Amino acid sequence: MLVRLGYLAAATCFVLGLHQMNSPATARRGNRISVAGMLGAFAATAALLVHAGTVTATAWYVLSAGIVVGAGAGLYGARIVRMTAMPQLVSLFNAVGGGAAALIAVYDVMRFATPGGSLPVRVAAPVALDVVIGVVTFSGSLIASGKLQGVVSTQPVAVPGARAVNVGLGLVLIGGGGYLATGRGGLPVLLIVTLAALAFGATMVLPIGGADMPVVISLLNACTGTAVAMAGFVIDNAGLIIAGALVGASGGILTKLMADAMNRSILSVVIGGFGSGDSDGSAAVGGAAVRATSVDDAAIQLAYASKVIIVPGYGLAAAQAQHAVRELAALMESRGVDVCYAVHPVAGRMPGHMNVLLAEANVPYAQMKEMDEVNPEFPRADVALVVGANDVTNPAARRSGTAISGMPILDVDRARSVVVIKRSMGHGYAGIDNELYTDPKTGMLFADAKAGLTALTSAVKTLVG
Amino acid sequence: MSTQLLANLSMFVLSLLVGFEVISKVPATLHTPLMSGANAIHGVVLMGAMLMAVTADGALGYALCFAATAFAAMNVVGGYVVTDRMLSMFRERPALVRQPGEQGRGRRS
Repeated sequence: MLVRLGYLAAATCFVLGLHQMNSPATARRGNRISVAGMLGAFAATAALLVHAGTVTATAWYVLSAGIVVGAGAGLYGARIVRMTAMPQLVSLFNAVGGGAAALIAVYDVMRFATPGGSLPVRVAAPVALDVVIGVVTFSGSLIASGKLQGVVSTQPVAVPGARAVNVGLGLVLIGGGGYLATGRGGLPVLLIVTLAALAFGATMVLPIGGADMPVVISLLNACTGTAVAMAGFVIDNAGLIIAGALVGASGGILTKLMADAMNRSILSVVIGGFGSGDSDGSAAVGGAAVRATSVDDAAIQLAYASKVIIVPGYGLAAAQAQHAVRELAALMESRGVDVCYAVHPVAGRMPGHMNVLLAEANVPYAQMKEMDEVNPEFPRADVALVVGANDVTNPAARRSGTAISGMPILDVDRARSVVVIKRSMGHGYAGIDNELYTDPKTGMLFADAKAGLTALTSAVKTLVG
Repeated sequence: MSTQLLANLSMFVLSLLVGFEVISKVPATLHTPLMSGANAIHGVVLMGAMLMAVTADGALGYALCFAATAFAAMNVVGGYVVTDRMLSMFRERPALVRQPGEQGRGRRS
């Protein structure tokens, strides 16, 4: 009874904590409330274990060792990670969460697997769902994490016949999972389903390109939440069901938002193929002339502007240039230039990633403008400074018949002038030419994001003393 | 359909609705901390992993119990610490006076 009240209190804390996330001012307190809830649930569970009295001495050792090892690894990873590497760490934590949820179901099947015996459908159905979703998420998140880290190729890996393999694995999962759900499947079926789920998670994420990562990570997060809720059904634990459902809902919403921001259906992302990774190639824009600009020219434009909108993209994150851009912005601000940042919803590698990077560099969050908020401001901006962003600034999205048609974009081309810092004329993920670059009012500054920004800062300093 | 299953299902559906309601109000600026915080919340699976110990007996049971608790503890501790680290950077600060070039600033938890 007391334990159940403890779980209820924990669940309340989770909801309150998530609720406080709706403003940067209260978000940190929200997270702490959530931690308090988790500690409460932990204490309640520990009390339950002691009270049960059936926990063997070895089990206590195993339990403590597991917690110490896991907590230590988590703490270490969380404290050393760089903000640019955040998505792969979150993805890794997501993987182990899904794995733990699946193990709970596996253990339950083992415990009741007696020859000829069967689980009641009430337990067997969530067991099947838990194993399938949890294991697919586990291997899928590991691959996603590897792709983000660059260990696994970020290019969509296209294996001939991959689709047939996927369909086959999917059928095994549905068939085996369905059989498990009837409660008659024992350990052999469980083993087959687990192996198929491991393979399916990998083959599902491998063909997905880097640009679609924000969608994939959100989706996997939603899946883990669901798997945890299913684990809650298996062991009749309210805490797991409520928390799992909350996370499932949050992941679902983020997935939808991200997919909308890229104008892609969730299904087409999962099926894969479109995102092809940043090509460093020297593909020139066909026919149209590109105006290259020099550091000094760009610096004069910036120094004598009254309003500058900075458009950061993944190139900024990859070059770790968030501090360099902040330095340039601070210099301009000290000269009375009105500076703000236009952040596209899918800038970076996970939802909201760019905002975290800018916050790390001490950019006040009031200066980070969302797409709908900042688009009307572009016509009033003297200079739009695009740093490492590509497809999200391409005016071609407004016309029909291009690869990115209909994708919501930042109206950079409506600014009075545009400076683009970019390493080469290479394509973005969509693999098409960016018409912004051939616009007569656009100057291309060919440089690495960090080097370019640093050069601009010192040029502005020399120019205006 | 047993009452227990019915109760569980009601809880599941209502929590989903609460989740949708609460989270649709979060601004895009906070989406990464939100996801990371939600990620830590599903670390509640640690409780389920701990409960395995009630019946765990024999090498295989212990091994599963160890793996599950280690995974879940990593999820919950790492998730919360990293979220807090991110959110600590979103604190209110004056827009102009900050000295640039604080890259070396130490981490905190």
